[in-house]
Amino acid sequence: MQDLEPILAEHRFLKGLAPSYLQELVSCASNVRFEAGQYIFHQGEEANTFYAVRQGKVALEIFVPGRGGVVIQDVGEGDILGWSWLIPPHRWRFDARAAELTRALAFDGVCLRRKCEEDHDFGYELLRRFSEVITQRLEATRLQILDVYHG
Amino acid sequence: MANRESRHVMAAQPDPMVPHPYRVRRVQRETYDTFTLELEQANGAGGPPFAPGQFNMIYIYGVGEVPISISGDPAHSNALVHTVRAVGTVTKPMVGLKRGDMLGVRGPFGSSWPVEEARGSDVVIVAGGIGLAPLRPSLYYLLSHREAYGRVVLLYGARTPQDLLYTRELEEWRGRFDLEVGITVDAASGNWLGNVGVVTTLIPWARFEPSDTIAMVCGPEVMMRFTVQALQERGVPAENTFVSMERNMKCAVGFCGHCQFAPTFICKDGPVFRCDRMEQFLWKREI
Repeated sequence: MQDLEPILAEHRFLKGLAPSYLQELVSCASNVRFEAGQYIFHQGEEANTFYAVRQGKVALEIFVPGRGGVVIQDVGEGDILGWSWLIPPHRWRFDARAAELTRALAFDGVCLRRKCEEDHDFGYELLRRFSEVITQRLEATRLQILDVYHG
Repeated sequence: MANRESRHVMAAQPDPMVPHPYRVRRVQRETYDTFTLELEQANGAGGPPFAPGQFNMIYIYGVGEVPISISGDPAHSNALVHTVRAVGTVTKPMVGLKRGDMLGVRGPFGSSWPVEEARGSDVVIVAGGIGLAPLRPSLYYLLSHREAYGRVVLLYGARTPQDLLYTRELEEWRGRFDLEVGITVDAASGNWLGNVGVVTTLIPWARFEPSDTIAMVCGPEVMMRFTVQALQERGVPAENTFVSMERNMKCAVGFCGHCQFAPTFICKDGPVFRCDRMEQFLWKREI
């Protein structure tokens, strides 16, 4: 597991994280790979993982009867996939499908939630970073709602 | 770079208020509400010389006149090319134009994208919706003088894949090794392989050197506001960022005042402006 640390340290989401916190994350991390078209999770399923995408692209979809899966956003290299592991009731809100071959680091959310409860400083740092991601996604979603291209 | 200015190129025209008769040579449907017109002069000649970013006043006889940016290749004067979205009282009847129909043209008017001043720098083109049309001439120019520039990046956003303009050319441009193309839509079905999200989300990932980049931005004003902000967050200075403004242009030569925007006339001083000169107005709610 130790060899994951340099990979974690290079990921945009985790850059600058204290080495002790990286160690905490390494102990809950694993390397994963998804083939193009493979679903990573489905809406409503229990959310006990988040992913730091290293390569590839993942489409976030909402299933609409009659239309199938509608892609509402995609996440790519350097992005984070999933924050439902952090926020009760820990259920995925969307479907996530690998749009192309995707490599990522998967983090065990149950393991991390426990570490966050044990070390609030670590928990705060993680939450702060997730808040930035959530804010960026919220701003992007607001612009999508604005329908900015039709003036 | 601080002295970079948009240029003005006025056509040699005896009276800028008199429309010249042009004939429709070809109509190309782009999307459900957008089409491209290829025009030639009534005597069979092509269009006048123009600089990327300039516009013409297109007169539909018996209906009215409307400003439309030139969307063709400035190096090819065999036709005058305009891409039009059918949304208003003049542009909606234009949908019915067919080969051989006549219309009036005045122009070209206005300032242009700083393609000459950008030589030696990276260039980022950010387009939203039909905003790609006024930027296409500058991209043609950059690609035909490719060795004169650093990295060239096109970032293009639209509502859906069906709203993308120039899809065949986008495919060709994506295949080039000397051009980075990022395309994104607000929503798509599962078979869309491109990006989903607003165009600003592409900016942090595009490869260019912010401190030595000229950015050219065109789209609805709300899109340009957030794009300028995202470019600045990436480190592109406002004096290196250019936007194309749109207002209700009537005379196109700064007489009537219809398109006055704060201290400037969009038709005469613009439509292309250096961002640091317009930034305070971009964020002014009342304008």
